[in-house]
Amino acid sequence: MPNLVPASLIDLSRPGHYVHWGFIDISVANLVVICVMVLVFVLAITLPFPHGRKAKR
Amino acid sequence: MSIDVEEHETASPHGATPGVAPTWTGRFRRWAVRDLPPDKLLPDTQPAYVASWIYVFGALTLAAFAVVVLSGAVLAIKGPAWWHVSSAGLFVNSVHLWGTELFFFFMVIHLWGKFFMAAWRGRRKATWITGVLAFVTSIATAFTGYLSQQNFDSEWIGTQAKDGINATGAGAFWNVLDFGQMLLWHVLLLPLVVSIFVGIHVLLVRRRGVVPPFDDSAGAEPAQAEPAGTAS
Amino acid sequence: MSRSRSFKPDRDVAEWKGPVVRYDLFKEVTVAFVVVLILAVGFAAIFSSPDEKPITLKSWSTAAPVDFVQTAITELDGTSGTARYGPPYNSTQGASQKLGPVSLENLAGVHIPIDTAQDFVVKPLLTLPGATALDGAIARYEGAGGAQRASWNAAYEKAAAKATYPGHLSVPSGSYGPVGLMMSDLLAMARSGALDGALTSSGQLYGTDYTKPLLFIADGQYMADVAGNHHLQGTQWGMMNETGSYPGQAWLWLYTMWYQIPPYSTSSNGDVLVWGTMMILTLLLALVPFIPGLRSIPRRARIYRLIWRRHYRSLSAGR
Repeated sequence: MPNLVPASLIDLSRPGHYVHWGFIDISVANLVVICVMVLVFVLAITLPFPHGRKAKR
Repeated sequence: MSIDVEEHETASPHGATPGVAPTWTGRFRRWAVRDLPPDKLLPDTQPAYVASWIYVFGALTLAAFAVVVLSGAVLAIKGPAWWHVSSAGLFVNSVHLWGTELFFFFMVIHLWGKFFMAAWRGRRKATWITGVLAFVTSIATAFTGYLSQQNFDSEWIGTQAKDGINATGAGAFWNVLDFGQMLLWHVLLLPLVVSIFVGIHVLLVRRRGVVPPFDDSAGAEPAQAEPAGTAS
Repeated sequence: MSRSRSFKPDRDVAEWKGPVVRYDLFKEVTVAFVVVLILAVGFAAIFSSPDEKPITLKSWSTAAPVDFVQTAITELDGTSGTARYGPPYNSTQGASQKLGPVSLENLAGVHIPIDTAQDFVVKPLLTLPGATALDGAIARYEGAGGAQRASWNAAYEKAAAKATYPGHLSVPSGSYGPVGLMMSDLLAMARSGALDGALTSSGQLYGTDYTKPLLFIADGQYMADVAGNHHLQGTQWGMMNETGSYPGQAWLWLYTMWYQIPPYSTSSNGDVLVWGTMMILTLLLALVPFIPGLRSIPRRARIYRLIWRRHYRSLSAGR
């Protein structure tokens, strides 16, 4: 059977890396996702939003 | 042959508009049009305070939900074994997985945003609650998706999660090790429940509108507060 | 009728009478869909998705035959995890978890009855055709009294602890009677793949229920070791993790966190305590709008000043 995994450009099927911090033990992949989430949230509330055109009620 | 003569209500304790027949259909239409008039349902204006990127995360969550449902529908066409043996199937499965990751990603940011805006104010409590219900049922849907993968993930997650679910007593009726049961919950029952909660949530957002900002003018109490909701 | 209640800023808000801006709902939803579709297709093309092959009784007994036999004897003598599980699989006394004085497991009862000796060992062996010696061994085992069986089982369990597999199963000799043949034939059956079929068989052609083979496999050490290599063990916050380097179910961080800390991590009622805690917390999240203190957090945090900064700026400019 053909190996299907190399159908991806970046192979994530290799063993992951983990961060230990006290009792916390998290995969780098999950940590990246959570950090990006926080970053996107911060950007969403700080980046200027384009001005909308005034409309009549 | 008899002819039904429509008797129009002229008055009712609920403030009926004349011209609506006292039928279930007529009453439903009257209620729907009153609570969700077309310009509320499909608005072309927003209050001026709606000026932040945080407002796009609701729509992004809906969009991710659509991607997940569509990619799931493609997976359903060929059945559960397809994605293990075909690279096209694997690709569609990947879209389904990443769509799910994006769905939760956007939904959680949406939740944070709405929390910090206290978006339940002014008879919007039901909007908040249906949002939480959609979140919780989405987690259950994702869980059954992991169980339906027919791979090591499914085996491990099923045999581990059974202890928690058995401990609640639910395991007697909801067997996470029964692939057929979990697959049907994943592709039919739970998506239906999520869709219903999401649908009500969106209609409530349209009905009540987007929550206005806190009134920070010192000590101000607005002369006319919206009635604090028993309806919400 | 609206009763007049005092205005609470965390609950009430005045209806907006201010200016409105043009907005295009359809355009927003369409653009959002296109953006998310591009992201999902892009991630799919770049990263694909994981698909680690499942463990079967065949692959387990081939990769770790000694672990398989050591597990199989506990299924026969009734000391395996599944055999002693309690509801919903069997009614082992004192096995079920309790929430205070109440055992929800016991209330729900035994709905998926499993007798590990019969279901995992004896019945599958009886499906093997033309095994005269084995049939004799099973008849001898089944015909023996409870004490005799327990003695054979104990002897085999003790011997199996020192078993090796140098190309064939080698168990130190002992007075385990017919159990030796039963175990070595069960191993041979598993390695041939026939045990997978026997345990999924529902008595008809079609089947979708994998409860029996999965419980059997999960009783062994092999599956836990494979999971440990993938960092999926409960003690490794594994519930959040995916095989390989893929992001997993980050949204389960709170659920899996409880399992790491006392009293949840040490209690024999850990599962039901975690579930109870999560249900209360979920209820709290749903009811935030009603809970004084909790619902004031947004107003006190003042992050809303940032979100609505244009609104507040225009207010102060107009003053």
